[in-house]
Amino acid sequence: MTNTPVATAPAIDVATARRRIRPARIIGGTLILIVTLSVLWFLVSNERFEWNVVAEYLFNPSVLLGLGVSLMLTVVCMVLGSILGTVLAAGQLSDFWPVKAASITFVGVFRGIPPLVQLIFWFNLAYLLPRITFGVPFGPEFFSWETNSLITPLTAAIIGLSLHEAAYMAEIVRAGMLSVDQGQHDAASAMGFGRWHTFSRIVLPQAMRVIIPPTGSQVIALLKGTSLVSVIAMGDLLHAVQVIYNRTYEVVPMLIVAVIWYLVVVTVLTLIQRRVEQHFGRGSARDGMRRPIRRVREAN
Amino acid sequence: MLESSGLIVTPEMDKPPVLEVTGLRKRFGDQVALDGVDLKVYEGEVVAVLGPSGSGKSTLVRCIDQLESIDGGAMFLDGELLGFEMSHGHLRPLTDSARKRQQRRMSMVFQQFNLFPHWTVLRNVTEAPMAVHGASAAEARERAMELLRRVGLEDKANAYPRHLSGGQQQRVAIARSAAVDPRILLFDEPTSALDPELVDEVLQTIKKLASTGRTMVVVTHEMEFARNVADRCVFMDAGRVVEERPADDFFEDPRSERLRAFLARSGRSPREVRG
Repeated sequence: MTNTPVATAPAIDVATARRRIRPARIIGGTLILIVTLSVLWFLVSNERFEWNVVAEYLFNPSVLLGLGVSLMLTVVCMVLGSILGTVLAAGQLSDFWPVKAASITFVGVFRGIPPLVQLIFWFNLAYLLPRITFGVPFGPEFFSWETNSLITPLTAAIIGLSLHEAAYMAEIVRAGMLSVDQGQHDAASAMGFGRWHTFSRIVLPQAMRVIIPPTGSQVIALLKGTSLVSVIAMGDLLHAVQVIYNRTYEVVPMLIVAVIWYLVVVTVLTLIQRRVEQHFGRGSARDGMRRPIRRVREAN
Repeated sequence: MLESSGLIVTPEMDKPPVLEVTGLRKRFGDQVALDGVDLKVYEGEVVAVLGPSGSGKSTLVRCIDQLESIDGGAMFLDGELLGFEMSHGHLRPLTDSARKRQQRRMSMVFQQFNLFPHWTVLRNVTEAPMAVHGASAAEARERAMELLRRVGLEDKANAYPRHLSGGQQQRVAIARSAAVDPRILLFDEPTSALDPELVDEVLQTIKKLASTGRTMVVVTHEMEFARNVADRCVFMDAGRVVEERPADDFFEDPRSERLRAFLARSGRSPREVRG
């Protein structure tokens, strides 16, 4: 091809064009292939992975039981954390300052304490508070329990992880609620909708598009976070494989068993998250497009 | 006046007003938005509120609908004080639920439409009648379809708002407001957010609604519309009502210097309007 002007256009049809050669992509692709192959080779050739042991224990009843405990903890703490977090989010946005201050303080404290520290703390609550009583302060008691009979590894784990989760969910829900246009509040108010009606039918469904993606990450973080409860002898997935490798000394293959299960569950959760995002994109996503939605205003 | 606007319904000025605003004051920080506004709106009357930007006309309707708190004066709907009551010997703000009950007797059409984007057009129109006015699903649906037919959008009942043009969205919003049979319908610059070619369909819809004898307060910049549809025009400037006249006199024989300047700026000197 030359740049010289010609009288008539040369007979060219771009349909015959070939793919452009892009050296950087060839080099990059090759490097990724080499790294992938060497990782696979490492996994396959290194006998210390003991894949036969992995296979043997993958569906071991105590491993599956541990997996069940981890899933149960994730679900329970996520539900409790989401409910409490939503209440705290509303509290942080309240125009009544004591409620606002209390909510902000709660979130600040429980977001700031590492979950591992919280778990150990709650598990040792009896040291600070030997008996838990309900009654008038400095007055009569109505109910009373030994702290040690209430605080088991299970309750300590649920309290610790739920409070931690609530603090994070509060921030996520608050951001979601703030993303809803003021005009929606005006319209709801002008129609005479009550507070709860406005919150549950108008604000929250629209806030969901902002709330869902980070909540998905929170569920995944919480699932992995349940491995912390092994320190208070709660029988989760990690604790289950630890019990086995303490006996058999097959540390690496047993950890691989746990890793496989964590990855499987996380993958499933990610797929569920995509579905939920799609559902709450109603009325604002472009038809047939799958993506988290941010453009609330556009829909108005 | 009525012949020129083509209205059948005569406003009933001999009865007490549906809405009465007396000495209404509202501040935003140091900014005085309303500085003692008086307004009466009678049954079946259409009142247009005109004025330059920042004159307080939007704030006025937002205060009437109790979307903004007020700093002084009083507002009455059918003689009932809005937003406050005597309690323990003093005037005190109403409880949330009492205020909601008052808000349900009015409705509002917003500049930005403010349809609920996660609901279909039909649900936008049926929600308030069902959720707060106790209509059955069948009743609400029938009424909504009738209203959507009147605004020319019955075929869009199952569409989501974002699939509609701005003009269509505003017509749905008008149907939504009318669905609760309000004592008074408030319009806050209903055509200001629309592309010019969509303004007319919305104005026609409002005009149709006005001809059914509804009591309405319309904040607008559309002079022609105000003149044709309103019974009375109110001119606001700097948070006060400067002039308030029957629609024709308002345009043909403005008394205050400020209204005359405003009409001239809007490209309508009194003589032009007459022609």
